[in-house]
Amino acid sequence: MQLTGAQALVRSLEQQGVDVVFGLPGGAILPAYDPLRSSSLRHVLVRHEQGAGHAAEGYAWATGRTGVCIATSGPGATNLVTALADAYMDSVPVVAITGQVPSAMIGSDAFQEADITGITLPVTKHNELVTDAERIPAAIAEAFHVASTGRPGPVLVDIPKDVLQSPMTWRDWPPAMELPGYRVPGAPDPERIREAARLLRQARRPVLYVGGGVIKSGGHAELLALAELARAPVTTTLMARGAFPDTHPLALGMPGMHGCYTAVAALQEADLLVALGARFDDRVTGRLADFAPRATVVHADIDPAEIGKNRHADVPIVGDVRATLAGLAESLAAVIGADGPPDTGGWLRCIDDWKRRFPLRYTQEAGGPLKPQHVVERLSALTRGDAVVVAGVGQHQMHAAQHFSFTRPRSWINSGGLGTMGFAVPAAMGAQVGRPGETVVAIDGDGCFQMTAQELATCAIEHLPIKVLIFNNGFLGMVRQWQELFYEERYSEVELGTAIPDYVKLAEAYGCLGLRCERADDVDAVLEKALATTDVPTVVDFRVHDREGVFPMVPAGRPNNEITLGPEFSAEEQRAATLREMRAQEVPAR
Amino acid sequence: MSTHTLSVLVENKPGVLAHVAGMFSRRAFNISSLAVGPTEDERVSRMTIVVDGASTPVEQVAKQLDKLVRVLKVVELDDHAAVERELALIKVRIDPALRGELLEVATVFHTKVVDMSPETIILEATSSPGKLDSLLANLERYGTCELVRTGRIAMSRGSATITDPGLVVTGAPTPVAAAV
Repeated sequence: MQLTGAQALVRSLEQQGVDVVFGLPGGAILPAYDPLRSSSLRHVLVRHEQGAGHAAEGYAWATGRTGVCIATSGPGATNLVTALADAYMDSVPVVAITGQVPSAMIGSDAFQEADITGITLPVTKHNELVTDAERIPAAIAEAFHVASTGRPGPVLVDIPKDVLQSPMTWRDWPPAMELPGYRVPGAPDPERIREAARLLRQARRPVLYVGGGVIKSGGHAELLALAELARAPVTTTLMARGAFPDTHPLALGMPGMHGCYTAVAALQEADLLVALGARFDDRVTGRLADFAPRATVVHADIDPAEIGKNRHADVPIVGDVRATLAGLAESLAAVIGADGPPDTGGWLRCIDDWKRRFPLRYTQEAGGPLKPQHVVERLSALTRGDAVVVAGVGQHQMHAAQHFSFTRPRSWINSGGLGTMGFAVPAAMGAQVGRPGETVVAIDGDGCFQMTAQELATCAIEHLPIKVLIFNNGFLGMVRQWQELFYEERYSEVELGTAIPDYVKLAEAYGCLGLRCERADDVDAVLEKALATTDVPTVVDFRVHDREGVFPMVPAGRPNNEITLGPEFSAEEQRAATLREMRAQEVPAR
Repeated sequence: MSTHTLSVLVENKPGVLAHVAGMFSRRAFNISSLAVGPTEDERVSRMTIVVDGASTPVEQVAKQLDKLVRVLKVVELDDHAAVERELALIKVRIDPALRGELLEVATVFHTKVVDMSPETIILEATSSPGKLDSLLANLERYGTCELVRTGRIAMSRGSATITDPGLVVTGAPTPVAAAV
């Protein structure tokens, strides 16, 4: 069958099973938009290409399927770069398709020309400039294969305008892929798994350190089974919130710079760390040399380059984390059958004591300023955790990650590695497209919100009733907190002001419901109103306390032992926390 | 300096060199030398990359190289079990009175004279990296005025070839589910 390159592109996307693409047309990609009109694909017309990129990410986070975004050449393509870098850091499967100037003009500094494959080399898992229309089906099939297998990531396919216009012969789907250098790790080594299981049986102070890989591999059920069998506490990183229910007695909460005290302390005192789809990120480890100094490390990851990158692995396991978890549970059950269950009782009592004495703490005074943590807790309670929560980057993100009680995978979406302000609104849009009929709530800061708020127009027009909760403190709050703590309160260029813009009016101008909440007493009513609104998007301007910080905190580059509990704790409590009076050391290591 | 020699087979496609070089710079790895050329298979190019083990984590380099989709195979060559060569062209400005002496040095190091002018001589040297360094040291006193080196190329000794499945690939996963 004779098709144009553009028709082949659209047909390839259909054959690939794509149901929705996020994009914005322009000159070089124009040929592709013509066959798009009559295709089965839903195209969501964004207001800025960065929004298309983050929406594709949100869709992928929420569904586990590959998100797709489309942009034209030059500025259209460069506007995708932040989202691609974000997807690369967080291993999100995204395929970006960009138009390019006609082949004959490449290199001539033509209008809207940018070397997007060159620009995105370091922030994509793979990319390709397609020079022959006959190759389009294979290029698309390869892009989806590479994006979604192994450690997922973004792939960009750049297609010159003349290639889109050229005739080509459509052959059978799927096309033959030419990826001789691309290998997906196979099954994890059973001997290594047995070794890890033996360590788990013997450990007296084990911790399962769970990263985003567990959610991506769909291994949450296997994780729960393993944790209960091993009687080992579980910490879920910022990328893994929801992989293990926060309501479970073995849940430690989030580790790291703003992690729960118990999670941070447990990692420091552990005699065995089983890292599962996690990458020993600096935000988790603090100063690397001082991280978990007494722990033997089992490191399971699908990316062999992560193993040993930051922390030496005593037992490296390369492969799919879900298969590793299942294998670990099976092997451990066999060891337990022979030797009896692991002896972690003392460790779990020590952990329960830490949880009781050093919980996440804040004070919402009646009639006092509204605390962001209170809003998160009320949202968690009112939704019973049955919501997809999306966050940007900063204080609101940390408060959301800390205080929402996550019980299911794929109920938490955020920009973890890159820390992209402006992520929340477009990512929530993509999540809502992927999970229609479910409650999608973007918790956002006033600084973040203003970076990508234009996608409210897209949400309103596309009938995507996301709820955007702006934690409006009038500041770039996290930066303000660092200036308060590390620059002796010399605040420099962090005050945005709470009044401009008027978020209620802005919401209304975009066809959304706009609400405002200034008092703790009103939070439930406002949230209930927002949650009940399903015909239009809702934006709530929560006027939150501008002095509220995020705690606990480990200062950047410092050892995790220097964790600060924050102003809600007495000096005595801080001292006890630092010394760990209930010394974990009293629980002998194996 | 403890150098490590990586032989890297890559697809012969546009942008591959940029991808490899970009990975080095992005991850703050240093390249001591890099040589690229075609192989017996026209679809495949071979890169020989020399890295300094003291400043660069060689295993990480190999793993990150192997992750690049257009990279087919990464092998670290053991310098005792490999032939390593480098070609250099050296232009020496030479006092006619010392020309005979210089030619003697050239002979000792098995170099060829490939060009001669009244004031200069161009020597062509093909040798192992250590021997080349020694030659250059010897030529210093005559006044080397221009130097170009190809960078190191290398090949393992014996009957094994880089395309043998048995050769140990540094840091690569077991290719169980080869995706083609």
